[in-house]
Amino acid sequence: MRKVYTRLSKITKATVSLFAQDVSYEELASVDGRLAQVIRIAGDEVTLQVFAGTEGIAANARVLFLGHPPRLKISDELVGRYFNAYGDPIDGKPPVAGEYVELGGPTINPVHRSQPSEWIATGIAGIDLNNTLVTGQKIPFFADPGEPYNQVMAMVAMKAQSDKIVLGGIGLSHDDYLYYKTVFENAGAEHRTVVFLNTTEDPPVERLLIPDLCLSVAEYFALQKNEKVLVLLTDMALYAEALAIVASKMEQIPAKDSMPGSLYSDLARIYERAVQLPSGGSITIIAVTTIHDGDITHAIPDNTGYITEGQLFLRRDTSVGKVIVDPFRSLSRLKQIVIGKKTREDHPQLMNALVRFYADAADAKTKLENGFELTHYDRRALDFAREYSRELLAIDVDLDMQKILTIGWQLVAKYFEKEETGIRQDILDKYWPEK
Amino acid sequence: MMLANKHDTARGHIQAILGSLVNIEFEGPARQNEICFIQHEGKSLMAEVIRITGNIAQAQVFDSTRGLRTKTPVVFSGQLLEVTLGPGLLSRKYDGLQNDLEKLPGLFLERGSYAPPLDEDCQYSFIPLSHKDALVCAGDWLGEVQEGWIQHKIMVPFSLQGQYRVAFLAPEGKLRLKDTVAILQDETGREHTATMVQRWPVKKPLLGYRQKIRPDTILTTGVRAIDTLNPLPEGGTGFIPGPFGCGKTVLQQAISKNAKVDLVVLVACGERANEVVEIFKTFPELPDPHTGRKLIERTTIICNTSNMPVAARDASVYMGMAIAEYYRAMGLKVLLLADSTSRWAQALREISNRLEELPGPDAFPVDLTAVISAFYARAGKVILRNGQTGSVTFLGTVSPAGGNFKEPVTEGTRKAARCFYALSQRRSDSKRYPAIEPLESYSKYLEYPEFRQNLEGIMGEGWLDLVEAAKDLLRQSGEAREQIAILGDDSVPLEYHEIFWKGELIDFAILQQDAFDRIDANTPLARQAYMLRLVMGICRRRFYFPHFEDTAAFFKKLIHLFKQMNYAEFGSANFHDYENQIHAFVAEKSS
Repeated sequence: MRKVYTRLSKITKATVSLFAQDVSYEELASVDGRLAQVIRIAGDEVTLQVFAGTEGIAANARVLFLGHPPRLKISDELVGRYFNAYGDPIDGKPPVAGEYVELGGPTINPVHRSQPSEWIATGIAGIDLNNTLVTGQKIPFFADPGEPYNQVMAMVAMKAQSDKIVLGGIGLSHDDYLYYKTVFENAGAEHRTVVFLNTTEDPPVERLLIPDLCLSVAEYFALQKNEKVLVLLTDMALYAEALAIVASKMEQIPAKDSMPGSLYSDLARIYERAVQLPSGGSITIIAVTTIHDGDITHAIPDNTGYITEGQLFLRRDTSVGKVIVDPFRSLSRLKQIVIGKKTREDHPQLMNALVRFYADAADAKTKLENGFELTHYDRRALDFAREYSRELLAIDVDLDMQKILTIGWQLVAKYFEKEETGIRQDILDKYWPEK
Repeated sequence: MMLANKHDTARGHIQAILGSLVNIEFEGPARQNEICFIQHEGKSLMAEVIRITGNIAQAQVFDSTRGLRTKTPVVFSGQLLEVTLGPGLLSRKYDGLQNDLEKLPGLFLERGSYAPPLDEDCQYSFIPLSHKDALVCAGDWLGEVQEGWIQHKIMVPFSLQGQYRVAFLAPEGKLRLKDTVAILQDETGREHTATMVQRWPVKKPLLGYRQKIRPDTILTTGVRAIDTLNPLPEGGTGFIPGPFGCGKTVLQQAISKNAKVDLVVLVACGERANEVVEIFKTFPELPDPHTGRKLIERTTIICNTSNMPVAARDASVYMGMAIAEYYRAMGLKVLLLADSTSRWAQALREISNRLEELPGPDAFPVDLTAVISAFYARAGKVILRNGQTGSVTFLGTVSPAGGNFKEPVTEGTRKAARCFYALSQRRSDSKRYPAIEPLESYSKYLEYPEFRQNLEGIMGEGWLDLVEAAKDLLRQSGEAREQIAILGDDSVPLEYHEIFWKGELIDFAILQQDAFDRIDANTPLARQAYMLRLVMGICRRRFYFPHFEDTAAFFKKLIHLFKQMNYAEFGSANFHDYENQIHAFVAEKSS
C-alpha cells in the first residue's frame, strides 16, 4: 500500500511542494486526483508540477506517488483513435491495451542512424521545388497566427507518402481540431492516424506531455514495424510558453524573451527524435511555430531554427493575392541530399536561378516603390515574379516534379536570356526550351 | 572507469535533485571538479563536482537523472574529468565523455553504459626513438608506432614534472597499449612506468613544448572568401557567427573536407544528429583532396548532439581540444572545428542557473568571456623540444540568438578569436554563398609581418596590395549601390554603375563558391591567386558604355563566363577556353 501524504508545504500556480520520503526524480504523482510530476527534490521536500494547474488545491490535498515516470500503453490499437494529454481516450471508445512504454526515454545512438535520403513529394510546388523534404527530417512552418498553416500542414500530411500520421495538438483550437478530424475522415486516412489533443481550453501545462506521447507512438511504429511515420506538432510556440510558465514558477532566471535558459535543449530533445533508421522506418516531424509579425529573432523561432533542418515560411503575396511558400526565408537543409539526385539533375541549378530572379524582382519592386524608373530588365523580372509566384510558389499549386521543372524552364526562357541565368552550360544545353 | 585507491576518496549519498544537478552529502576528501559515480539500480552514472559547500558537493550529472532518489550512494573517483590518449584515437567516433559510440551496446544510448576509448588488446609495432640514460621531459618522444598513416609518437607522460632519466626503454617489437614502454627515473631515483596510453585532465592545457610562436603560415581551407580575403594561419583561431540558415555548418563541413592539414578533430557540440550522421556516412568514402586517403583516416569525431545530456556538452569541446593538443605534440598540423560553441555556452548557462549563481548578460555566467578566452588560447603553433613544429588551429561557429552579433557569446568570442568570418542574412537571402560578409570579416593575422611575408611568397609578389584593392573595390561598389538606390539608375554618373558592377564581378567570381560542386567546392591557393589576378586585371580597366543598361548586360555576361570557368578543372582546355572568351569579350568592350 502506497503512502498517502496530506500536507502541502507550498502551493504556486503550477506547482505544489510537500515533505515526502523515497520519491524518485521525474516520477508521477496524483494531487487530489490531478496528475503531477516530480521536478525537484531537496532533502525531504519534493516539488511537483501539477499539469492541470493548482486552482482550488487545498493545503491538505491527498498526494499519492505513482512510482513511475510518464508512460503510455502502446500497441497497434492506437490507430484511428483520439486521446488527451494523459493518453486517455476522448473518442468515447474503451482504453487501449498494450505494453507500457516510458515516455521521453533515451536517444538513439547516432552511429545507428541512417542518413535521410528518401524524398517526400508533397505536390506543393513551393515545397517540392525550393524546399524539398526528406524522410527523417524535422521542419517547422513559421507562420503568423493569421496564416492558414493548419490547412497547409493537413494538405502536406495527406499528400505525403507515409504509413502513419501522428498528430499532436498543442493548444489547438477546437475548430482546427474538427478541421483535422474532417480532413482525416474525408481522405479515409483514419486507419493510419493517431491523435493526441490539448485544446486551447485545456490547462497549458498539460501541453508539455503532448510531444513525448506523439514521439513514443511514432518510435513504436518506426522501430517495431519499420514504418514511415509523419508526426505533426501544432503549435510548438505554445509548448515553449508552457515551459516558460513552469520555469518561472520554479523561480529560474529567464534568458531572452522571458524564455527559460534551457529552451534550446528542451526543444532539441523533441525535434531530435526525428530519425531515419537503417531498417527503412523513419520519423519525420513537421511542426508549426507561430510567430508575430514575421519576427524570427524571437527566442522561440530562433532556437527552433537552430535545431530544425530548415523552416517553411508562409506569406501572403499581395501582387497575386495568394499565400505562397516564401522562397527567401524558407529552407530545407536536407534538400541537398535529394535534389538533382533523386530528382532530375537540373533541379538545383534551375531552382537557384529562379530564386535569384525573384530576388531581382524584389529589388525592382523597391525601386518602383521609391518612384524610380525601371529598366527593361527590372520589368522582365517583375513580370516573371508574378507568374512564378502564381504558377509555382502559391500553396494551392498541386503538380508533380516533372511538371514543376517544365514550368520553371518555361518561365526562365520566357523572360530571360541564357547568359542571365548563371546555370552551368551543360545543363543549359540540355534543358533550355526552344521558344 | 578506473577508480583510484578506495581509502583516500570520498563517499556520499544524494541529498537533492534538480534537473541535471544533484547535491551530494559526502564524507572524505571530495575535490572540486572531481568525477563521481552515482550508484543507481546497478548502474554507475557519471557526474562532475562543480561546487562544494560544507559537506555538500554539487555535481552535474552527465546523464538523465530520472528515477534518482535521495540517499542513493555516490562513489568519488579521486580523478578529474580525463581524456585517454594513445594510439587508436584516429577515425573514432566518440561521445562527449570519450565513449566509443561504435562499441556502445544497443540502438539507444542507455545511461550508465560506457565503452573504452581505445582498444587495449590491439598490438602495435613499437620503434624506440630515445635511448637508455637519455634525459627527458614531459612530451619528449620515447618511440613511435604506426597508427593508420601516422607515426604516432609515444611520449613521456605529460603529467610528469621535471627531468627524468630513461632507465629502461622497450626494444623494437610488438607491444600492447598497457605494456611497459619505458621506465623513467626522477632525480630522487623514484621510478615511473610509461605505457603507450596516458590520461590527462581535459580542462588543463596540454603543454610539453618549448615555446608557442606567432602563427606565420597560411592554412589552406579551399574557401576563397577566407584564403584570399581574410586568411587563417596554421595555429590561428577564428570564429564563424551567423543566424540560422546562413550556412555555418555547410561552411564548416566544407573546411573539414578540404583543409590542408594532417588531422581534423570535429566536435559536434549540441547540434543536429543528422549532420553528424552525414559525416559518419560520407567521410569513409570521400578522399582527402591533398593526399588521396579517405577523409576518415585523418578525422576524429567528438559528438554530443543536442539531444544528448547537456553537461557532457561542456566536456565535449575540452575532449576535442585535448586530443588536438596531443597530436600537436607529435609535430602534426591539427585543425579543431567546433559546431557550435554557443551550445557549449548555453550548457554553461544551464548549469550556472541551476547553481543559482548571479547571472551576467542574457543569464549567461559572468565568467563566460574568460572561459571562452582560456579555451581559444589553447590553440596555437608550437616549437617542440626537439625543434619540430606542430599546430592546433581552432575554428568555432557561434549561433547568435536572433542573429544579433551583440549578444554575450559572439562578443566574448570576438575578444578571444583573431579571425572573424561574419555570415550575413542579407547575403544568404540572396543565395550568395558562402554568406561570409567580406568587409565586416577580418583576419588580424594580416597585421603580422611574418605572415604577410609567407602570403607574398605563396601567392606572388604584390598579393596583399591586390587583395586590399579588391576589398576597396567591394567597399566602393557597396557605396555606389547605395547611391544608385537613393538617387535612381539614371540620376547617378554612368561610372557608378561600372564601379557597382565591378564589385559584383568580384562577388560572383571570387567570393561566391558552390560548396556542392565537385570542382568549385575546393579552390587551391594557386588557382585563387590566378583568379584574383584575372578578375582584378579586368576591374582595373576602364570601360565605356553608352547607357547603364549596357553596363549591367556586359557584366552579367562576364559573370556568366566566370561562373563557367569556376566549374571547370583548373588549367583544363575548358578552363582556358572560357578564359579566352573572357579576354575576347573584355577586349571588345574596353577602350
